[in-house]
Amino acid sequence: MSGKLDLKRFLSGNAVILVFVLISAAAIPASKLSGTYIVQEMLTRIGRNSFLVLALLLPIYAGMGLNFGMTLGAMAGQLGLICAVNWGITGVEGLAFAALIGMPISIALGYVCGSILNKAKGREMVTGYMLGFFINGVYQFTVLYFMGMVIPIRNASILLSRGFGIRNTLNLESVRQSLDLLWSLKAGPYVLPMSTYLVLAALCVFIVWFRRTKLGQDMRAVGFDMGVAEAAGIPVDRTRVIAIVISTVLACFGQIIFLQNMGNMATYNAHDQTSFFAVAALLVGGASVKKATIPNVFIGVVLLHVLFVVSPRAGQNLFGSAQIGEYFRQFIGYGVIALSLVLYATRERREAAALRASTYGAGRKAAAAGGSV
Amino acid sequence: MGQDSPLLSVEHVSKDFYGNVVLEDVCFQLRAGEILGLVGENGAGKTTLMRILFGMPVIAETGGYKGGVCLDGEEVRFASPFDALDAGIGMVHQEFSLIPGFTTTENIVLNREAMRGSVLNAVFGERMSALDRAAMKGKAESAIARLGVKLDPDMLVSEMPVGHKEFTEIAREINREKTKLLVLDEPTAVLTESEADILLKTLRKLADQGIAIIFISHRLHEVVELADRIVVLRDGGVVKDLPNEGVSVRDIASWMVGRSVAADRAASADGRRIGDEILKVEGLWVDMPGEPVDGASFSVRQGEIFGIGGLAGQGKLGIPNGIMGLYPAGGEVSFRGKTVPLNAPRTALETGLAFVSEDRRGVGLLLDESLEWNVSFTAMQIQGKYLKSILGGLVRYRDEAAMRKLTQEYIELLDIKCTGPEQKAKQLSGGNQQKICLAKAFALKPDLLFVSEPTRGIDVGAKKLVLDTIKRYNRDYGTTIVMVSSELEELRSVCDRVAIVDEGGIAGILPPTAEPAEFGLLMSGVSPTGAGPAGGEPDGAKEARRA
Repeated sequence: MSGKLDLKRFLSGNAVILVFVLISAAAIPASKLSGTYIVQEMLTRIGRNSFLVLALLLPIYAGMGLNFGMTLGAMAGQLGLICAVNWGITGVEGLAFAALIGMPISIALGYVCGSILNKAKGREMVTGYMLGFFINGVYQFTVLYFMGMVIPIRNASILLSRGFGIRNTLNLESVRQSLDLLWSLKAGPYVLPMSTYLVLAALCVFIVWFRRTKLGQDMRAVGFDMGVAEAAGIPVDRTRVIAIVISTVLACFGQIIFLQNMGNMATYNAHDQTSFFAVAALLVGGASVKKATIPNVFIGVVLLHVLFVVSPRAGQNLFGSAQIGEYFRQFIGYGVIALSLVLYATRERREAAALRASTYGAGRKAAAAGGSV
Repeated sequence: MGQDSPLLSVEHVSKDFYGNVVLEDVCFQLRAGEILGLVGENGAGKTTLMRILFGMPVIAETGGYKGGVCLDGEEVRFASPFDALDAGIGMVHQEFSLIPGFTTTENIVLNREAMRGSVLNAVFGERMSALDRAAMKGKAESAIARLGVKLDPDMLVSEMPVGHKEFTEIAREINREKTKLLVLDEPTAVLTESEADILLKTLRKLADQGIAIIFISHRLHEVVELADRIVVLRDGGVVKDLPNEGVSVRDIASWMVGRSVAADRAASADGRRIGDEILKVEGLWVDMPGEPVDGASFSVRQGEIFGIGGLAGQGKLGIPNGIMGLYPAGGEVSFRGKTVPLNAPRTALETGLAFVSEDRRGVGLLLDESLEWNVSFTAMQIQGKYLKSILGGLVRYRDEAAMRKLTQEYIELLDIKCTGPEQKAKQLSGGNQQKICLAKAFALKPDLLFVSEPTRGIDVGAKKLVLDTIKRYNRDYGTTIVMVSSELEELRSVCDRVAIVDEGGIAGILPPTAEPAEFGLLMSGVSPTGAGPAGGEPDGAKEARRA
């Protein structure tokens, strides 16, 4: 109707992205980092993080919100990597082995998580978040006490000096960047981890294809309206569990890809912020609790990580302390999640009000015009 | 199938919910290609009957039903709605069950999508097949063609006008190959007149194709226009089952409401003074889910008991809830000539309005608190009563003794059965809980009291006590009362005037002594001749009352 209204809608629809672009635009010059450096960092980080963010998509399609429970999958992936290092399986085979170990664990954890979330419909996000803390306890117990005590560990170098429990930092030298370097391309000043990109591309194709399957269609139906889907005979609970299981398994693979790029692993807290950063990236990319697309994933990863790269330097240059940038990073991450959740709720309320105005307004006008009922 | 053998026959069906009889010995038959108009007041048993027919689990959970339902000559007893669907019964509900983000096609073939197998089927099963979009669209288009209406198969449901949603839903039901009986529950309720006309034509077309239809509507003229047979339910029994020949809307209305004029009606104005207009409502709309109000206008005089009746879902509950600020509302409400701001429960209470909600356990009571808390709570919050001030009002604390005294007073006055003012509200029976709700409202000493469904869910003896309490309070204190109830008899026995709500507005206002058929007509949206105010025209209604 009016350009003004469209502009307003555009601004409120993309508020999070815009805030990020503005902050980045201010922080990049302040960091005094070269463009080449930033671009290379982004190319690396897209390969490192995107898989984890893509893992969030299916539960959103199924109407379950942001799957904070993906932390469970990350832990499964870490268990797989510990096993691979323990058995001395190196290179891509080591990663494949880790994925093979992690998969059944993440399927089991995903099933548990999905079943619990079915009992907490409408509160999936906070339930998943808490579930992450709970399983974290189980994970820590397993790794800290069982490994070396009950589960035999052959490789003594990864054990704590007391003879059981895994060291705080696990050196992943044996599998380090084995996926990234499988086929990497030099293009001018940049190095592109092509093999990782291929894996990402395959996952994107899978997601696009999946949406067109019967199961994908059912998942979307469940996401829009559980009641209607149930009435049409779609097994709602089962569909939701499947969404979470797939998401958890993908998170397991994603964490393995993430860690092989990093080259070492903080055994007890590498997974702590996995879901948090993935969720922040997705939201920064313009997704909401109800709607997310593949472009949201990549836009989000780039925007969030530009800020992550430049903010410590900008902090150093502006305030004389990299620590301030570090704080800034945390603050931005959580701030984004809170902001987009609030914006989403506001938008829903506004839409409800608009709907109300149109429904009752028109009805009233018709009555005033003298139409008999 | 032969024209003579009925497609559906309902034989001696009875159903009670824990001793409360809802259906008694209901019999009727329906042939293929026939349209049956099913009418009845609230609580006549329409919904329960349809639930039985459709195998809703709630029926089995509450002890099943007696009698039998035969489909094509075979007795059926469905365990779930899916069995009913498989047997060829389709149902279009009052509320849309469509997925807003899906297109017409996707909704029509929902969970019956055409699929192309893929290699993954062997491992992961059927659900990993890709959808065959072209075939889905073909199926949808043929269903739309059968309806004979224009629908865009690629339009999103969320962007459709209401009428198209209705047709999409019907298309979904007839898209099942086996559907031979279609049940439509108030399909025209949300449609405009022209849309409803198209719908009726479409239903006739479907019937000509051999589909039997049960058409439930409160718009009686539609029933008369469309149906081949008319079945009227009242109080759980079939009171009329006849072919639609020479039947008038008025006939049906009187069969539907039926009862003789209320006998126990007390001499009306017995010494009460009915004054001038105290509450004036104009163009009120309320967005209350399931009970929307749109364009309701009426006025209430000081000291009278004003009744609001009407069928469920027409908006009668929305009126008090909207005025009291519990649901988003708009329009003009003035009390003693001063405008009452809407969407502000506190201001409404401060103005001197009070509300006894139909949602006793949710809105009405603090279930886990004592009776004295319940009775004095609103008065304490709104009027600062039963509070003691120390340090010049800096600190205020509850005056337990005063609260107890007040509660004790009401326990005696209303004859509330309880162990004492300390008892928890949730431990009382329904009728006594209702009296506590009334006491809570009385403690405010309101100028005008809304009472919504005061007798819902309480037993017969308690009903009379509650109604008597309302009447007595009105007589003794001259408090104006607006009573909303689905039970017409109740309204006619208590109220000075009864307004009937239809489709969100006031269809008309009648004296309680008016004939039952007049009320029935108003409920079906027909404005009866000679009954005063015209339906659907708020201003007309008001002027007629002044005259």
